[in-house]
Parts: sequence; C-alpha cells; structure tokens
Amino acid sequence: MNGSLPIEAVLVLLVITDLLLLGSSRFRTCIRVVAVQGLALGLLPVLLHGAEAPARAWGLAGASMLLKGAVFPLLLLRVLRDTGARREVEPYVGYTLSILGGVGALVFSLWVGSRLELPGTALTGSSLMVPAGLATLLIGLFLIASRRNALSQVLGYIVVENGIYTFGVALVGGVPMLVELGVLMDAFVAVFIMSIAAYHISREFDHIEVDRLDRLRG
Amino acid sequence: MELNWRPLIPPAAAFLLSPLLLGVINRTKALFAGRRGQPLLQLYFDIFKLLRKGATYSRTTTWVFRAGPVVGLAAVMAALALVPLGGLAATMPFAGDLLLFAYLLCLMRFFTVLAALDTGSAFEGMGASREVLFSALAEPALFLALAALARHSGSLSLSGMISGVGPGSWLTQGPALALVAAALGVVVLAENARIPVDDPNTHLELTMIHEVMVLDHGGPDLAFILYGSALKLWALLALLAGLVVPVRTGSAAADAAAAVGGMLLLAVGIGIVESSMARLRMTRVPKLLVGALALAALALVLVLRGGGRP
Repeated sequence: MNGSLPIEAVLVLLVITDLLLLGSSRFRTCIRVVAVQGLALGLLPVLLHGAEAPARAWGLAGASMLLKGAVFPLLLLRVLRDTGARREVEPYVGYTLSILGGVGALVFSLWVGSRLELPGTALTGSSLMVPAGLATLLIGLFLIASRRNALSQVLGYIVVENGIYTFGVALVGGVPMLVELGVLMDAFVAVFIMSIAAYHISREFDHIEVDRLDRLRG
Repeated sequence: MELNWRPLIPPAAAFLLSPLLLGVINRTKALFAGRRGQPLLQLYFDIFKLLRKGATYSRTTTWVFRAGPVVGLAAVMAALALVPLGGLAATMPFAGDLLLFAYLLCLMRFFTVLAALDTGSAFEGMGASREVLFSALAEPALFLALAALARHSGSLSLSGMISGVGPGSWLTQGPALALVAAALGVVVLAENARIPVDDPNTHLELTMIHEVMVLDHGGPDLAFILYGSALKLWALLALLAGLVVPVRTGSAAADAAAAVGGMLLLAVGIGIVESSMARLRMTRVPKLLVGALALAALALVLVLRGGGRP
C-alpha cells in the first residue's frame, strides 16, 4: 500500500487542520489554517489519479488551490481588516471541549464510513477518505453553529465545502470537469457574497456578531 | 557460565548519561541566547555537591516529607528496567509493562506531591495541584500513543513496541507514526516540566509548577530529586528516540549508539523549543494536552484501520 501513503498524509493533514480550527482562538490563524487545508485538498485529485493524471485533474487541482489557497484567504483577511471585527473568534463552546467534540466527530464518521456501502465506481485511494470527508463536514457544521461571529461562519462554510469535496472525490472519480468547475465557482460566489454581506452587516450594526442581530437598533 | 550483559545496557546507560541530557538542553539554550552557558556536566557537579551536604527538615514535616525523594528515585529507577534503548530490549520486559511504566512514573509524582503537601506551605500546595491536573491530562495522551504503537507492532511490552518500529514501518505507516511521535513529544515536554507547559528556570512563584514543589528539599534529598527528574527525562526520551530513530542493525553497540545519539538530538530539539517559544498561559495548557490527546487518538484510528496490512 505504498502508493496510498501521500493520500493518507493529505487526509491526516485535513483532519489535523480541522482540529486546529476548533482549537485556535485568532481569526488570522483560522484563515491561514483554512488556506492550508484548501492547498492540501487541491493535491487530492492529482494524487488519486497517480502518475497518469489527466490534464483535467491538473486543471481542477490548479483552480481549486488558487481559489482556496489564495483568493478566499485574501478576501477574508480583507473583510477582517475592513470590518474591524475583534480578533478572537468568541465561540459558544470552549476550545478544549470543541477539540474533544472534533475527536468524537471523527470516531463517529469512522463508524459511519465502515458501514457505508460505496458504489462500485468509487475511486477510493484510501479507506480513510470517506471518514475524513465526513468528519470535515461535521466539524464545519459545528464551526458554523458554535461561533457567534459572521466571519467564522464563512470559514465554517468553506470547511463544509472542503468536506463535501473530499467526499465527492472519493465517491465519484469521474465527474465531468464542467460540473467540478461549476461547484468551485459556486463556492467562490458564495464566499464572495458572504464577505460582502458581513461587510454590510458591520456597517449597519457596528459589529458582525450574529447573536446580536435579533435585537432592534434604537 | 558467561553472564549476558546485553539487558543491562539500557539502565546502565540511563544511570550514567541521563544528567548529560539536561546539560545538552542548557547548552543549546545558552547558545541561542548568545551565552557560553554552564558546563555540559553541571548537573553531575550539582548532584555530587548536594550529596556531600546535610539536609535540614522543618519541624512541621513528617516521615512523608523524607520519603518523597527516596520513593520517587526508586520508582523511576524501577521504571527504567522496563525501558528499551533503541533496538535493545529492556532488562525486564513483559507483556503489559507499559501500564507498570506509566504508573511507576505516577507513583514518583504522587510522592513528590505528598511531600510538597506535607510541608504545609501554600505555594507548594498550589504547585502540587497544578502538577496533578496537568499530569492527569497528559496521561490519556500517553496511553493512546502507546496503544497505537502496541497495535502497530502487535506487542504489549515497551521493548516489543519499540523494536517493532523499523525503517519499513515509517514507509507504510508514516502519518500514524508521525502523529504518535508528536503526541509523545508533547507528553515529554509536559511530564518533564519543560517550557510550553512549565519553565524549569522560573523563580516567579505564581507561575511555577514543578519547581515550587521541591522548594523545601535540600542536600541529598534535592540531589535525589534532580537525579530522578533527569532519569525520568531519559526514560521518556528513550521511547521517543526509539520511535523517531528506527536504526535496527542487530549489533548491540551500534543500536545503543544510534539511540543515544537520537536522544541527544532530541535534547537539542527541546533546547530549541525552549529558546524559540514562550511558556503558555496556565489556562492554555489543557488545550495543548487535549490537542496531544486528539493527535494520539487520530494515530490510533489510523493504525487500527491499517492494522491488517504488514
């Protein structure tokens, strides 16, 4: 199983970045960690296809690394600077408990992954692929639900997208490039719009904390 | 009948060389700070100096205070009989000795804590409480990391685990072993009161953990404590070095030399860590230890899944 080692390294990196996101308290750190996660994931299709990777895989890897490794982080850092949001992520759930929850999510996804019947077309380079994708998905949802700042919810959204991407790459090796690019484009537009929305929320309300949005402005 | 010397090499090396590790760490830190630093053998000098002195005991203390250092040193010496040195098996390996190893270290800590509480000093009680809290958090990480190694090597003794890790296992199980090494590294730093968790040089009472517990010990007792903590550092670093320097030649001398070399390198690494980062705030330490626990859990998961493969 020597060939699957790089894939496993990428997946382990994926899970470690998830746990780091749960544990780190600064926005800047979180944004960088998400960038690293995106870069690592970009390598996945190329690694899966091995040496004879089609140009399609290379193109997809390049586009996704450019978008998730450079465009999203720059966009988010810009929003962070312009809105003057606090630099701490202010979670509802403590960091230590969040990390333990992340480990729990990982164990749960492993259990689900061992039960799941994959279709025969699945191109699984490693048995860890489905659980890692599921765990990333769950942790992304947790990030969205447990943080009170709109910016962390954008981060959580990107993490969920990464999870779905991993899951999708594992499940179906041969999605047409057009569809894959469409998904990437959707993610890009979503992050773009959410950043603008966060910016406007901050202009209207002087903060981007979602738990205070239900209060009337006097 | 010819005596078999091989099983005696790991503890003998530990007894002779362990104070050198702290010398290496201190020299590395001095180098980073632009100082010349204390001699490499400073801890040997300190221990001999302290052994020649007499001890002073407060009238409020009982026999528990005097037993602390002695029991601590005895416990860590017994634990060293279970620790392999690279590919060399330990003196008394048996299946399940990892539990005995972990709890001998716990016994040492328990008696240090009791001795600290016996003085009735408020500071020492505070240090004792912190020490117990952090070690309770480090213990699951240590056990999960060892469990991952046990599963990987199919052996339940420390010697079997370490000798089961060869250059080949890094090729097949590289990510998992790297995670185990990272988790063990954090445990080593926490258990030995090194910098991200505790500052061995601190003299600010409010932030001290380990140092504050031994404030009232003097003379031979302090020598026992210093030697005991050097031995403990050796024991944990020997495990880590066996993992990250998988040189298995079969010749006793070469294996031992590789393991000791690996440990000296790790000591330099600890020195670099201590020079390049600050102590964590006390409330952040549990997060670090839980992070190590998460890494160890991830490693165990990886090994469990890949366990069927050679």
